[in-house]
Amino acid sequence: MTRLVIALFALLGLCFGATHTAYAEFKVEISGVGITQIPIGISEFKGADIAPQKITQIVAADLERSGQFKTSNPGTSIDENTRPDFATLKSKNIDGLLTGSVNRLADGRYDIRYRLWDTVRNQDLGGQSFIAFTPDLRLVAHRIADQIYEKMTGDKGIFSTRITYITQHANRHMLWVSDADGENAQAALTSPEPIISPSWSPNGNELAYVSFEGRKPVVYIHDVSTGKRRVLANFRGSNSAPAWSPDGKSLAVTLTKEGGSQIFIIDAKGGDPRRITQSGGIDTEPVFTSDGSAIYFVSDRGGSPQIYRIPSFGGPVQRVTFNGTYNISPTLSPDGKWMAYISRAGNSFKLSLMDLVTDKVTTLTETTHDEKPSFAPNGKLILYATKVQGKEALMTTTLDGKISAKLSGQTSTIREPHWGPFLKP
Amino acid sequence: MNKTFISLLLALLLTACASGVKLNEVPVVDKKGSDVSSGTSGSGMSEISSSDSSSSQQVQQPKSSVEPVNSLGNDKASNQDNLSAGPANVEKIVYFDYDSYTIKPEFQSTIEAHAQFLKANNRAKLSLEGHTDERGGREYNLALGQKRADAVRQGLTLLGVNAAQVETVSFGEEKPAMQGNDESAFSKNRRAEFFYK
Repeated sequence: MTRLVIALFALLGLCFGATHTAYAEFKVEISGVGITQIPIGISEFKGADIAPQKITQIVAADLERSGQFKTSNPGTSIDENTRPDFATLKSKNIDGLLTGSVNRLADGRYDIRYRLWDTVRNQDLGGQSFIAFTPDLRLVAHRIADQIYEKMTGDKGIFSTRITYITQHANRHMLWVSDADGENAQAALTSPEPIISPSWSPNGNELAYVSFEGRKPVVYIHDVSTGKRRVLANFRGSNSAPAWSPDGKSLAVTLTKEGGSQIFIIDAKGGDPRRITQSGGIDTEPVFTSDGSAIYFVSDRGGSPQIYRIPSFGGPVQRVTFNGTYNISPTLSPDGKWMAYISRAGNSFKLSLMDLVTDKVTTLTETTHDEKPSFAPNGKLILYATKVQGKEALMTTTLDGKISAKLSGQTSTIREPHWGPFLKP
Repeated sequence: MNKTFISLLLALLLTACASGVKLNEVPVVDKKGSDVSSGTSGSGMSEISSSDSSSSQQVQQPKSSVEPVNSLGNDKASNQDNLSAGPANVEKIVYFDYDSYTIKPEFQSTIEAHAQFLKANNRAKLSLEGHTDERGGREYNLALGQKRADAVRQGLTLLGVNAAQVETVSFGEEKPAMQGNDESAFSKNRRAEFFYK
């Protein structure tokens, strides 16, 4: 029922021209104009001032960052019980209106309620109430954004998922876990030596990464809720580029123990690695397809770094990229239709996207130092590291490259992002 | 989606519009929902259609909070064996050209001096640490740095050094010798270092 209402809503409700009202206090740097953005009015939740988090603004920023919404503030603050004045809203050219309220309960928790209205068909699209303590208010806002996103686009929202990234301040290297918007960051690891390539396990409980704290690259697996970690790969030589299999039972890693950088599969509990690739040169940056049947990786076997594909139990290797002389860091969309990667053009390193059905390639960014792309778990956004005005930054972009957003958070060095999975209850 | 269903839906929608919902009569009912711990995004959440009232969920402290780990000061003390100093008065760094792991002739004497030391001291353990400049991807640079370390090891074994004495590792672009993003810094960063354990 809901899905069909959404479909009809989308069909009937495509009109444009809403003006964007900036939420001045909440800094979100978003640029670009999408082709089919849904104009949605987001009225300040009634009583929102009492909450220590700007819930309305977090929801609006989430929806803006998705590239699929154009938000505006209709100027009225009405709660979820009040039927809006549809005639006035229609004149503002918005298709949907989010209303809600925030109340503080006697025990210190907050009751946050919302309701979404179809302002084209004068229709109530439903709502929900959340009871939460202060530390979870951002999560509630992200959940509301997820629900609005799903009601209006039919796709699952990713705003309540988490990302990981690395920062460096002098000799202090830190591994962070934050909300998908880069806020609410919690430190998982602090080290005097570099950390690279953090990668979420498919269940979202663990991170695999490369740490140099033992004066060489060693792969660790780190349980983020307990802080317990274990060495996954510390073989003679270098150990790097961990990538989880979709079932979480094993990881592909790059090891040099047999000479050269080659890809091996190792059980997540440890044990003897099984070699997958056989070349005299570099094979690295493995990533599994979402069905686990194949691995994409980077190899210089053809003279320059290019992306290849191999069955995950080994076998014939197939070349995937042919344009240019430097294509690295492949990552696959959950539906397997897209491969994002970094391609060098002159002195620029650009986030590129290949349609794996047609092999058509598009360049997605205006920036020139792009690194380490990863897809949102719904496949609708790509997270990557880059430089903006000479400073390291994390950004997201839509798959058409039309809408990009700079994630807030740390200021000086920030890199190596990886987008975590949808979390199961 | 068949046509009948769509028609039915349209009818439903129209009915809903026609009947309307009176102001202030959209109740928010507190159905005690299932727990929503950190990051869950759906289970127990009833799909709310236009005629439904709201359901309620308890949002609890996220189970998956992040426990910080501090490994600062965990540096392992290096072997205090006198062999860990390596050969006296010998350079411990060789430099490479861009995108290259060929050993330049001017570093051959350095490699020969280390080879001599390693052959004279069977118990000496050498770690060759490869590095790159900052251009390019971090993991690919790690593999390039490895190639540089491997090239130096090959130079040593060609001179008769036992390969078991030498471990090759890479730091990629992670440990630049010199900060900066011009060739003067890059050329100092494309290197392999001799580290005796």
